[in-house]
Amino acid sequence: MIAILLDLYWSFLKVGLFTIGGGYAMIPLMEAEVITVHGWLNASEFLDIIAVAEMTPGPISINAATFIGYTMAGVTGSLIATLGVITPSLVLLLLLSRVLVKVIQNPSAANFLSGLRSALVALILLASFTLGQTAIIDIPTVLIFGLLLIASLMRQVSPLYFVAAGAFLGLLLFPY
Amino acid sequence: MPYKNETTNNEPLWHILLTFLKVGAFTFGGGYAILPVIQQEVVERKKWISQEEFSDILIITQGMPGQLALNSSIQIGIRLRGIPGGLMGALGVTAPSFIILLAIAAYFYPLFRDNNYVQAIFYGVRPAVVALIAAAAIKMGRNILHGLNGMILCFILLVVAIITQIHPIIILLIGGLAGLIICRKGISL
Repeated sequence: MIAILLDLYWSFLKVGLFTIGGGYAMIPLMEAEVITVHGWLNASEFLDIIAVAEMTPGPISINAATFIGYTMAGVTGSLIATLGVITPSLVLLLLLSRVLVKVIQNPSAANFLSGLRSALVALILLASFTLGQTAIIDIPTVLIFGLLLIASLMRQVSPLYFVAAGAFLGLLLFPY
Repeated sequence: MPYKNETTNNEPLWHILLTFLKVGAFTFGGGYAILPVIQQEVVERKKWISQEEFSDILIITQGMPGQLALNSSIQIGIRLRGIPGGLMGALGVTAPSFIILLAIAAYFYPLFRDNNYVQAIFYGVRPAVVALIAAAAIKMGRNILHGLNGMILCFILLVVAIITQIHPIIILLIGGLAGLIICRKGISL
C-alpha cells in the first residue's frame, strides 16, 4: 500500500513538474506514467477518465489525478495523487517565486521554453495517435473523431461542448 | 516585471478562499477556460489586482510548471496576503475538483460503468477526447512553430519519440536543450 502511494505521489509530481503551459501538456506525461510505466490503466480507461475530467469543473489534471488516485488506492490514493500534481506549483510559487521570476526573464529560459514547446507539440500529437488506436475503432468512431476534429479546429468553444457532442453521437451510433 | 511578495491588501483569507472555491466549482474545461473567469472575478468584479498585474501573472504562469488555473490562483493569493493567501488560492481552486471527482470515482462511476447507455456515451466520448487532443497539438503547432527550425525540431523529436519510446520527460528536456543550443547560435526557433 505504501509502495503504491509513493508511486502515485512521485508519478503525479512528475506530471505537475513537466506540465508547462497548461492545456493538454499533461496528457503525454500522464499517459506515459499511468499506462506505460505503471500499467495502472489501459488506454480506454485513461480516455474515459480524461473525458470525465473534461465534463466536471476544475483543472483537468487535478480532476484526473483525483480519479486515478482513487481507482488505484481509494481516498488516500486520491489525496496523495492530487497533492503530487499540485506540489511543484506550491513549492515553486510559494517559496521560490522571486528566483523563478528572474529565471523566466533570462533570455536563455525563453530559448529553452521554445524548444520545449516544439517537443510538446510532437508529444501531444503522438499521444493522440496512440490513444486514438483504442478509441477510433469503427466507422461511427471515425466519423465522430473527424467531425469533432474539424469543428474544434474551426471554432473556439469550450471542450465541454465537444465532449457532450461525443456523448450524444455515441448514444446515437453505438452498436447496442 | 514587478513581483511583490508583500501584503498589498487586507482581504480576509476566507474571502480569498471563497472566491477561488467558486472559480474551481463552476468553471468547466480546464486552464484556458478558467483564466478568463479568474480575470473577471479578481480584476473586474473584486478589483483585487489591476489588469497589468494579471497579465504579469499570466506570463509567469505560462512559463513555469503546473496547471494554469492553479498557478494563477496561487500568485493572486500571494499578492493579496502573502503565503497564507497563496495557500488559500491553491486550496480554493483544488478542493471542488477533488470533492466532485472523488464522489464520481467512488459512487457514480462504479454504479453506471456497466450500464449499456453509459457504455454508448463513452464509446462516443473517447474519439471526441482524441479529437480534442489532436486539435490541441495542431493549434499549438500553428501558434508556436512559425519558423522552419521549430518545425524541423518538432519533426525530429516526433520520430525519436516513436522509435525509441523513451519517457516524454526526456523528449521535453532534449527539446529544451536543442532550443538553447539553436538559439545561442543566433538562429531563431
